[in-house]
Amino acid sequence: MNDSNVFADLAEETLNIIISIGSILPYLAGFIAIIVASQTLWHKLRKSVDLGDSFNSLKTVTFGDESTVVSNKSASVLSVLLIFVLWGAFTGSQLLPGFLHVPGPFMGDGQFTYTADNGTGQMDTASVNVIVHAAGEKADKPKVEAGDGFATNDAISIQVYRSKLLLWDKNDAHNRKAGASIVKVDGQPISKGNAVDVGFARVALTDKGTLNIVPHKGVQMESIYLPSPEKVWKSLVSISKDGYQNVTLGEHLGFSLWRVVMGFIIGALVGIPLGYAMGLSNWFRGWFDPVVEFMRPVPPLALIPLVIIWAGIGEEGKVVLLFLAALWIMAIAARSGVSGVRITKIHAAYSLGASKAQILRHVIIPNSLPEIFTGARVAMGVCWGTVVAAELVAAEKGIGKMIVAASKFQNTDIVIMGIILIGMIGFAIDVGIRLLEKYLVPWKGKG
Amino acid sequence: MADLHIDNVSMRFDLPGGGSIQALKNINLDIKSGQLLSVLGPSGCGKTTLLNIVAGFLAQTEGDIRLDGDVISGPGPERGMVFQQGALFEWMSVRKNVSFGPDMKGVPKAESAPEVDRLLELVGLKEFKDKAVYELSGGMQQRVALARCLANDPDVILMDEPLGALDALTREKMQSLVLDLWKETGKTIILITHSVEEALLLGERLLVMAPRPGRVQKEYYLPFAELGVGADLREVKKHPDYNSTREEILSMIWEMEEEIMGRTEGEG
Repeated sequence: MNDSNVFADLAEETLNIIISIGSILPYLAGFIAIIVASQTLWHKLRKSVDLGDSFNSLKTVTFGDESTVVSNKSASVLSVLLIFVLWGAFTGSQLLPGFLHVPGPFMGDGQFTYTADNGTGQMDTASVNVIVHAAGEKADKPKVEAGDGFATNDAISIQVYRSKLLLWDKNDAHNRKAGASIVKVDGQPISKGNAVDVGFARVALTDKGTLNIVPHKGVQMESIYLPSPEKVWKSLVSISKDGYQNVTLGEHLGFSLWRVVMGFIIGALVGIPLGYAMGLSNWFRGWFDPVVEFMRPVPPLALIPLVIIWAGIGEEGKVVLLFLAALWIMAIAARSGVSGVRITKIHAAYSLGASKAQILRHVIIPNSLPEIFTGARVAMGVCWGTVVAAELVAAEKGIGKMIVAASKFQNTDIVIMGIILIGMIGFAIDVGIRLLEKYLVPWKGKG
Repeated sequence: MADLHIDNVSMRFDLPGGGSIQALKNINLDIKSGQLLSVLGPSGCGKTTLLNIVAGFLAQTEGDIRLDGDVISGPGPERGMVFQQGALFEWMSVRKNVSFGPDMKGVPKAESAPEVDRLLELVGLKEFKDKAVYELSGGMQQRVALARCLANDPDVILMDEPLGALDALTREKMQSLVLDLWKETGKTIILITHSVEEALLLGERLLVMAPRPGRVQKEYYLPFAELGVGADLREVKKHPDYNSTREEILSMIWEMEEEIMGRTEGEG
């Protein structure tokens, strides 16, 4: 492939992306309108309740004053609520009152007529009864009378979100072989390749002369693309009870967490001393700087293929990968923790008679703890992301493995449940480390 | 007895881009035990360099410094140091900070505790001993630093602008405290300062240093520190010699500053 092709391809892709963005813009504008409208409403509501004057509420300059901008809890609640409402509305969730649902697919009975020409200019009209039934249900074709004329009435049953061909001439006196063809559907003229809207469906005349009935799908998402919230909840309940593919949910999560914790602990055990050595010795700094600076920008995900080749898809490989993900982050955090110690503290300790070992123990290590905790938060986040990605590639157990297996069977409910669990656990890890930090290094940022 | 002899000390170092700086040139000083010496001078006169050499954080290139006859070659507990700020260990309580020296020496808690309590009371922080140091105000933090230094019972206390970061009112209170501590403990104190008033009030002996090369310009022996012990420092300032000495030193330093400015302008 030559270069101009690449440029042409990239230009085309860029154009596609711009067009996609353009098509999203109206929805985005609508979403922003909802946010602003709810804000206005909230302010009106709040004014009716006297909350007293906080110092911030007395500030007249708030636009641009960072200290007056705090996360509004009500907005957060509303935002999450809206996500669930939209989710429910577009999946026809039973948790929402029906009037909030966006139009769903057509279900039930419908009827339209077609007019056939028997090839000699003689016309006859027959009706088609359609029944659209839910997935997994069996629905018999409605019984219809034959009717008069050479074209007899037809009946057909279609599963929701599917379409069906109607061989209308099968029961007619004049079939297509004999030169019969359809000229009108529901009274509207139709020709091959074109379609007519019959109210509940689109009816197209195929090139072969049959009718393709496509019942309207509405704007709700099919469950295979986006299952409803209650369906996801049900799959969470059933999987936490019975497991998925003979592996319990606890096992999936436990394996993922165990890998992360192992990789992180080993990474910290190696990385922190390495960082200290780099922060305390010219020689070690010089020795490891090129390695650390080279490895730091390599995303751990890029190492997955190599780790699989070297260590296989077993546990060692994944722990090695997470070790590598945590190692450089922890080394850099420890290094900057050591470098960040104020020289006056070191001087003070020396002139109070402390030895080098005592200075390391009582000054350098405690002084570096806040930086190390910051590093630990970043490292745990990266490890959690990496383990899921690694399990997507190859694993027997693990939350990433669970969602990739579920996606192969199009169990979208399990995929979404897995994504929610991954997000919640990642958040819980971050909050946990922050609490630990608050408890163990209360002096952070107060030096 | 802990006499400090600074014998013909010079320091010069090479700059990375070539050339060198003569930070100190032929400094000779004899500081008697119990003396309160304040050192004053424009920036770049080498006063902090001199203090760091005495503390043992820097090495002179010529001459030597003896404390009680022992040559100084590195930091040691017999020379305590009080910094401008940020030298406390914020991961330790006030009490732990003060007992840091004895703790490092391996003195049992039970033995060091009474002295630590006495010092905390001396600096007026008895009720704050279990607080974290970052919960204290700047002035209180410097009092902790003083107590921490004293807890180690050094022969010489080196102060590098210890009150420089404090507001004017707190600073005046702290100046009285330094004088009281000096009288109470009888320690030799070398105090570096930017403030002429502080140098006058806290200097039994006052050294004015000049830059390029760093050297001693003039020396004063002053009565104000002795007068200020236990007294109102504002009364001391009414002393007939106070203002004249202040004006003399100020104009001396102004002259040096002018010279530095002129020189850099000429170079530029």
